[in-house]
Amino acid sequence: MSDYILEMNHITKEFSGVKALDDVNIKVKKGEIHALCGENGAGKSTLMNVLSGVYPYGTYSGDILYKGEHCKFHNLRDSEAKGIVIIHQELALSPLLSVAENVFIGNEQTSMKGVIDWTETRRRAQEMLAKVGLEHEDVNVPVNSLGVGKQQLIEIAKAMAKKVELLILDEPTAALNDEESKKLLDIMLELKNHGITCIIISHKLNEIEYVSDSVTIIRDGKTIETLVKGVDDYSEDRVIKAMVGREMTNRYPVREGVNIGDVIFEVKDWNVYHPDDENRQMLKNINIKVRAGEVVGLAGLMGAGRTELAMSLFGHSYGQKISGKVLINGKEVQLKTVKDAVKNKLAYISEDRKTYGLNLIGDIKENMTIAARPFFFSKHGVINDNDEIVEAQKYREKINVKSNSINQVVGSLSGGNQQKVVVSKWMMTQPDVLIMDEPTRGIDVGAKYEIYCVINDLAKQGKAIIIISSEMPEIIGTCDRSYVINDGEIAGELSKEEITQEKIMQCIMAHNRKGDGNGIEE
Amino acid sequence: MESKNNKIVKLDMKQYGMFFALIIIYLVFALLTGGANMTPMNVNNLIMQNGYVVILAIGMLLCVLTGNIDLGVGSVVAVTGAFAGIIMMDLKMNMWVAIIAALLVGLLTGIFAGFFIAYLGIPPFVTTLATMLMGRGLTYTLLQAQTKGPFEPSYNFIGAGFLPVIKIPFAGGTLDLVSIIVAIAASVLLILAEIKSNATKKKYNFAVNPTWQIALKLGVMLFIIWFFFYKLARYNGLPFVLLIMVILIAIYGFVTTKTVAGRQIYALGGNRKAANLSGIDTNKVFFWVYVNMGLLSGLAGIVLSARNGSATPKAGDGFEMDAIASCYIGGAAVAGGSGSIMGAVVGAFIMGILNNGMSLFGWSTDIQKIVKGAVLLGAVTVDLLSKRKKS
Repeated sequence: MSDYILEMNHITKEFSGVKALDDVNIKVKKGEIHALCGENGAGKSTLMNVLSGVYPYGTYSGDILYKGEHCKFHNLRDSEAKGIVIIHQELALSPLLSVAENVFIGNEQTSMKGVIDWTETRRRAQEMLAKVGLEHEDVNVPVNSLGVGKQQLIEIAKAMAKKVELLILDEPTAALNDEESKKLLDIMLELKNHGITCIIISHKLNEIEYVSDSVTIIRDGKTIETLVKGVDDYSEDRVIKAMVGREMTNRYPVREGVNIGDVIFEVKDWNVYHPDDENRQMLKNINIKVRAGEVVGLAGLMGAGRTELAMSLFGHSYGQKISGKVLINGKEVQLKTVKDAVKNKLAYISEDRKTYGLNLIGDIKENMTIAARPFFFSKHGVINDNDEIVEAQKYREKINVKSNSINQVVGSLSGGNQQKVVVSKWMMTQPDVLIMDEPTRGIDVGAKYEIYCVINDLAKQGKAIIIISSEMPEIIGTCDRSYVINDGEIAGELSKEEITQEKIMQCIMAHNRKGDGNGIEE
Repeated sequence: MESKNNKIVKLDMKQYGMFFALIIIYLVFALLTGGANMTPMNVNNLIMQNGYVVILAIGMLLCVLTGNIDLGVGSVVAVTGAFAGIIMMDLKMNMWVAIIAALLVGLLTGIFAGFFIAYLGIPPFVTTLATMLMGRGLTYTLLQAQTKGPFEPSYNFIGAGFLPVIKIPFAGGTLDLVSIIVAIAASVLLILAEIKSNATKKKYNFAVNPTWQIALKLGVMLFIIWFFFYKLARYNGLPFVLLIMVILIAIYGFVTTKTVAGRQIYALGGNRKAANLSGIDTNKVFFWVYVNMGLLSGLAGIVLSARNGSATPKAGDGFEMDAIASCYIGGAAVAGGSGSIMGAVVGAFIMGILNNGMSLFGWSTDIQKIVKGAVLLGAVTVDLLSKRKKS
């Protein structure tokens, strides 16, 4: 009847009295790429879970029309049978099984009932991989031998094997670098040419602008508006305005009144080898300096060695055969364990808060105080409860961790608030030097702003701050200076005025050319 | 606001739930056995029979908090008992030498297991399965498959003796004043602790439980205390094992809640990688958890052999399962990172009351195992389902 493949009308979904979705409407045209935008907790994932049957029919109110039919999905299988496939942020691949097996997992190619036809599985897997631009991959290798970018594409191949008509991608590029992201987005455009409709959830507005035909913005469980490319203003600022409900004149708060002082953190001739392979050098002769009150970026592509550098500095948490010197406040320090690092006023906020940063079943107080506890909140190994409570309360209010109390379990907080807990944890150790690895990954615009404010505050207090970020605008927006790291080496150093996306990429490219000429082993 | 209040009520129901389960199971068996499990002698037996399970459950809780278990404790109990027996009976040495040797052997097995687990990275399940087999084999070898005994009474006092008593005639029997004085002291301490905890909560503007809940909780706990102590006073007074238990509960309760080292176990169980990057030497934590388990197994070995007055090759058979089950019944998370000493102790008593009640009722040990298995499965199922609902 209409050219809409999907219409979701007046969807309302409550969780124990709280409305997660409140009369949401969304219409997706056949063959388009439709983006879904909103801050974390706005209800995007809930909406997609309603659509795919994760929340079965009857647990929500409203109506889903798919290809003109009223849908009553009771589980994922129902929706998949209709050609709706959802790919979640966390990859649903079984790491040790082969690529071919993963493509057909839950959808096995069988000769007899229950007996897998391996020849057919491999042949068809190859076919599916070709559709996502991976025709040269060996389907027999275990899936974890591929990079995250390729694994994401294998997820799509898996969806293709299910004869997908409506593909939903929940933050597909969150873990990918720019190059991999671009490839994935191009595959999406390719799929579009083959008549597959896509819904993409993403925080990366430049990607949305690049790939999508229309965008629906959700805020606080309500649809705000739908913008169509070529009809409405489709700029990033326009989308952000709808997302946050106010004009974001500046995504990066201005840092004022900071006196940049002397060099307080210095790394000299830092060399690190791969933890499993002692002949593979991961970092080569790294030299960096950071001054008090200065915010310094480490730009580079994913896999350039930035996280490896941070972790090897932070108590030798990465690598082996580590050599080189670290000076903090002019004194050479030995940082063989994390405890040494904390004692010497170095803090590292890891990139993946759920895996490396938080005890998700512990409460806010416990998570905030765990690192500082041996130094500030205890005497002879006995904890001073009062000090902990007072300090945790202080930080909860100071950096606005939205929660019931400091006794709330961290796993129940949103990503942005979890990140604030991790940041508090390291502020409590009263470091002089902070390394923040992807400090705003996967958190919404509002929370990002708050984290940037915290960074400014820390700079004002005269801390030396190092920011590792794969989002170049973030480096540009927050840093006083930036190193560019490529292939385990410093590829360049850019002053505030010089930092632009082009400059960063130029550094990387120039370094790559040099690397090819010189050979790797020196 | 409303959801916040709901959360508190639910949370507390979980805390009290164990105590209620304990009381209900006890009452059910009181009914089934016509009150036989409520006699002063039986109450006394309950404490003495469960002493070693409680000791093991306390050590096991720390293992469970890391997300693992120790399968070797039953065998270590047997080995340490065997060492004590050989030293006293064959070498004719002083009982203190035997006690120190038994604790030392326990400690060494702990160091052995801890070394493999913490510093070689061998999974605890495998390591302790090995210590379980090795320990049992060693016991049979040492004892040449014979029972060694009887031990001297001064040693047996540890497992079967009583603290000094002041008996007065009372209601056709006697009443021990020491027990009553201790009960009064315990009640006062309990009430003071509750008042202090609530004052702290008010001071920091934390939600305070409704008064009726506090009153109910205090009432139930006071009731349990007075019931036990009154029964003990009517019998022979306070068993020595009870003193050991109380001291251990106090020490480990303190360690797990109020010390840096104790909280590091929780942090490790909650997320090992994050704990590492927070400056916690997780290998060291693992090592000491298993060393501690070995030491407590040695203590349990002494208590058991002292109660039996002998060392037998089969001693402690299956104790590891009772200790593990106690922790889970007491609400510890199977994946680690959550659980309490008090929970493990209550869990141990639930197991003990079940054992004792079923024995009195005349059920065979075969049936007892079926029931205990069902209770374990039921407790963990209820716990997990209620958590799932919350999230």
